[in-house]
Amino acid sequence: MEKIKSLADLKKKREALQSNLKLREQGENTESLIQVKVAMATCGIASGAKQVMETIINESNKRHIPVVVTQTGCMGYCYAEPTVEVTKPGQDPVVFGYITPQKAEELVDKYLVGNEMLDGVIPVNYEKVEQ
Amino acid sequence: MANYKYHMLVCGGTGCFASQSDQIKKNLAQIIEEKGLQNEVQVVITGCFGFCEQGPIVKMLPDNTFYVRVKPEDCRELVEEHIIKGRKVNRLLYTDPENKEHVADSKHMEFYKKQLRIALRNCGFIDPENINEYIARDGYAALASVLEINNPLATIDVIKKSGLRGRGGGGFPTGLKWEIAAKNHADQKYVVCNADEGDPGAFMDRSILEGDPHSVLEAMAINGFCIGANKGLIYIRAEYPLAIERLLIAIKQAEETGLLGKNIFGSDFSFDIELRYGAGAFVCGEETALIHSMEGERGEPTFKPPFPAQEGYLKMPTNVNNVETYANIPVIILKGWEWFSSIGTEKSKGTKVFALAGKINNVGLIEVPMGITLREVVYEIGGGIKDGKKFKAMQTGGPSGGCLTEKFLDTPIDYDNLIEAGSMMGSGGMIVMDEDDCMVAVSKFYLEFTVEESCGKCTPCRIGNKRLYELLEKITEGKGTMEDLDILKSLSKVIKDTSLCGLGQTSPNPVLSTIDNFWDEYLAHVMEKKCPAGQCKALKSYIIEPDLCIGCGACVRVCPVNAIKGEKKMPHEINQADCIKCGACIEKCKFNAILIK
Ligand SMILES: Cc1cc2nc3c(=O)[nH]c(=O)nc-3n(C[C@H](O)[C@H](O)[C@H](O)COP(=O)(O)O)c2cc1C
Repeated sequence: MEKIKSLADLKKKREALQSNLKLREQGENTESLIQVKVAMATCGIASGAKQVMETIINESNKRHIPVVVTQTGCMGYCYAEPTVEVTKPGQDPVVFGYITPQKAEELVDKYLVGNEMLDGVIPVNYEKVEQ
Repeated sequence: MANYKYHMLVCGGTGCFASQSDQIKKNLAQIIEEKGLQNEVQVVITGCFGFCEQGPIVKMLPDNTFYVRVKPEDCRELVEEHIIKGRKVNRLLYTDPENKEHVADSKHMEFYKKQLRIALRNCGFIDPENINEYIARDGYAALASVLEINNPLATIDVIKKSGLRGRGGGGFPTGLKWEIAAKNHADQKYVVCNADEGDPGAFMDRSILEGDPHSVLEAMAINGFCIGANKGLIYIRAEYPLAIERLLIAIKQAEETGLLGKNIFGSDFSFDIELRYGAGAFVCGEETALIHSMEGERGEPTFKPPFPAQEGYLKMPTNVNNVETYANIPVIILKGWEWFSSIGTEKSKGTKVFALAGKINNVGLIEVPMGITLREVVYEIGGGIKDGKKFKAMQTGGPSGGCLTEKFLDTPIDYDNLIEAGSMMGSGGMIVMDEDDCMVAVSKFYLEFTVEESCGKCTPCRIGNKRLYELLEKITEGKGTMEDLDILKSLSKVIKDTSLCGLGQTSPNPVLSTIDNFWDEYLAHVMEKKCPAGQCKALKSYIIEPDLCIGCGACVRVCPVNAIKGEKKMPHEINQADCIKCGACIEKCKFNAILIK
């Protein structure tokens, strides 16, 4: 194991390691975070949901947006896959259809950071189904 | 490269471990591998989550779903449903006992709502066998800053101002203790962590060592720097194999990383830590006895002064602190004394970890701010008394403590209030009793423990406690007299006043406290030869109510001593001379015709 010889060493090491535990720390206050669910049933995966999930995680990490990204089963919008449900604290969930990885980046920029809707992506009229 | 999207935390405390949590971890890891998800899902064994009643526990992150009573065969469903399909496995969620609803997120459970985790901050959160996870949680940053500031007295001052008091029972101000040890000059000094934890029912120290061993190591090093010691010893009972294993791993990793050993953080401070094993004697938790035991002598206490800070291990100045006391230190240094002293009551700052047990719904380990009331602990966190029975008393402080009755339900819990109420904080055992518990029998139980654990060095403790026990035995057998009750009181006082160490000085407390609060019960045993709770075997008789008995004979068939006689379809009778009061008949009778009188 590499030796830690100074406070600076420790800080460097801590910073490198902290991201590993970020996910767990988020769990401590899920209510105040934006919840993102990516539909990952066969239909979703076939149309690229995995890459969409990666993109949302990476892009929101880059922008330091506090989000919890999980996957979920088929939301019933197979025609609009990949679909992503976003719930902001204290708001009703909104489901976005046809989210490609490129669109995912836009989703992060526009809807997660700001509060804008996305061009060409229609929020699906949707009632939250408690799983 | 792994880019984890899910963490599955599996409780690896002794309790959950005993219910196969290691197998759960293996199964989860194997199924995740089988599904090709090993780079997306991380499975981690952590320390205790505290909700032992509901173990084994598996917590899912980032969504914070809390699965309870998980069995190894549930693992496939957890992975396939929760991870792959994103659906919660309802049958493994915690069910609220009040409204019978599933609660997915632990934050919404009554058990956790009022808790505040400082000493247990990393338990159930990090992998205790991985120093990197501790470092990621600001581990060793407190030690680094203390070394950087390089002013031991300033650090001691922070601890003093924080108001931290010893969690091992006595409640002595920690900063003051460090200051005394710092001011005693000697070539060699020692830092000792007391991990003996002999109080029956207490397991907070074990859980901290199992769940977050580095926090104790870091604090000991800080302690060493402050008082000028380069050697730390942890006295731990050999009955704690998992805690020992994790401590050894932690020490090794800290040494390999250079966080223990020579010239820590490039300073001229060196510190190393070794373990010393105890054989599990209660008296060896007393600091002078502990030191003698570490020296290879008999584990017997000696008179104080000299205090360990003056003349301790190998006659050198030694600072002894409890595990939980240490676990608070790094956070205090990082967050500041102002933060710590803003929690708690005027004279008791911070939090206390309690082991909640007895007739309560939510058995487990809790950490609550000082000043919380008994009512909150019993009815909110503890979920009330088992089977809807009535609260009778809460025993705190173990064999050195006493009982708190209903009238103290709204008293804020802290060191001083507990003493005023006739009990004490002790190490943090909390045993809840209901209407079925006989308080005379409870004090007999503690005295039996004391008699067993007295080291025998001083007469009041060795002989006095034995006599106390015999008197209690006599009373519970219905042979006690009013004179016995008088002797019980006066002998208790003599033992308290004349014993050598804290063991004897406190051992009559359970007797005195129950006499104070439940005098009627003692009187009933002596005057009426009755045990109001129906617990004392010698004082109860099983009687068949002729009006209710239909003469089915079910009781006759289960009675192991053939004490029940009667003709078919006619009311039966129990021969009191033969009856051994085992209670088998009462369980069998479908007509509630057997009564305890
Ligand atoms: C009979 C007896 C048993 C004790 N057992 C323990 C114990 O198991 N653990 C502990 O930390 N302190 C125990 N103590 C208290 C220690 O003597 C000592 O006060 C304590 O370790 C100091 O640490 P603290 O100031 O951090 O509480 C016991 C005391 C007595 C009299």
